Amino acid sequence: MIEAGILLLLCQLAGESLVRALGVPVPGPVLGAVLMLAFLAIRRRVPETLDKTSRELLANFSLLFIPAGVGIIVHWARLEAEAVALIAALIGSTALTIAVTSLVFVWVDRLTGGTPGARQPS
Amino acid sequence: MSPQLDALWVYLQANPLGWLTATLIAYWIGRRAQQALGGRPYINPVAIAVILLVTLLVVTGTPYQTYFAGAQFVHFLLGPATVALAVPLYQNWPQVRRSVIPMVAALLAGAITAVTSALGIAWALGASAPSLVSIAPKSVTMPVAMGIAEKLGGIPSLTAVMVLLTGIIGAVIATPLLNALGLKDWRARGFAVGIASHGIGTARAFQVNDLAGTFAGIGMALNALATAILVPLLWQW
Repeated sequence: MIEAGILLLLCQLAGESLVRALGVPVPGPVLGAVLMLAFLAIRRRVPETLDKTSRELLANFSLLFIPAGVGIIVHWARLEAEAVALIAALIGSTALTIAVTSLVFVWVDRLTGGTPGARQPS
Repeated sequence: MSPQLDALWVYLQANPLGWLTATLIAYWIGRRAQQALGGRPYINPVAIAVILLVTLLVVTGTPYQTYFAGAQFVHFLLGPATVALAVPLYQNWPQVRRSVIPMVAALLAGAITAVTSALGIAWALGASAPSLVSIAPKSVTMPVAMGIAEKLGGIPSLTAVMVLLTGIIGAVIATPLLNALGLKDWRARGFAVGIASHGIGTARAFQVNDLAGTFAGIGMALNALATAILVPLLWQW
């Protein structure tokens, strides 16, 4: 767990530092993930402790959104005033994005021959 | 109130321990509620947790800053968890490599649709300028979306709320919507949910199917990268 924590934090720290040093418009943790991927590709295997810790973190990913989400309380007045526009935009855009993304995926997959092994019945 | 109870309340209010515990308990209740109701998509654990916590803050008259002083320890883990996305990405590399072309095409289409349709609908219905900047990166995982909003002069904490609502909406509508579209490819289904509704959608995808969850995680990671590059470009233009 300690080794996994060190690895995750070191990658994030390196990512955040690089973003600031190079002035690239990519968020630090994203660059950190790229660095982690490079590290794993070089090592050619995932350390067991990192595997366990990552699984635990990602299994509860939605928990991590709660503290900032409770901030809805601070923006209540704005949300109320613009409720129709914002909620319509959120629902409409999310539905449209899911539909467009999945249809383009399947369409291009079919166009390029596809991978039948990955297709499973629902 | 007795002096002891008073002292207890002062301690719980001022100490991070109380609100940190409350956050974990609220999430746990949300998960139990969803399990008890058979894992239905329209019962979302995050939505339940947020409603419980907001109610608690309002009833006790606690300012958000006091709450966040405790809950920030959970919030902090968003960074390491984003880095941890590299692990399933590496482990599923063979699957990912075989699906590179449809993924890149779907990523571009999805990232552009997510940003432009949110901006378009909100603008057409008369949303204010700060709201528009804050809603643009709504489909991206929270730390990244907040970073984008901050760089463009939006309100990062408002973006956080947009991101949360988008995640809940995606987790709730994905299954019925994808069924209605007749899509059976778990890679496409998961990928779309990850692109549109980040970590909350990914958590939902993992509940439905492992392959869908993996591709949702990849979609979330790729869209974080794509939107982080796309939105500032769009803004300049």
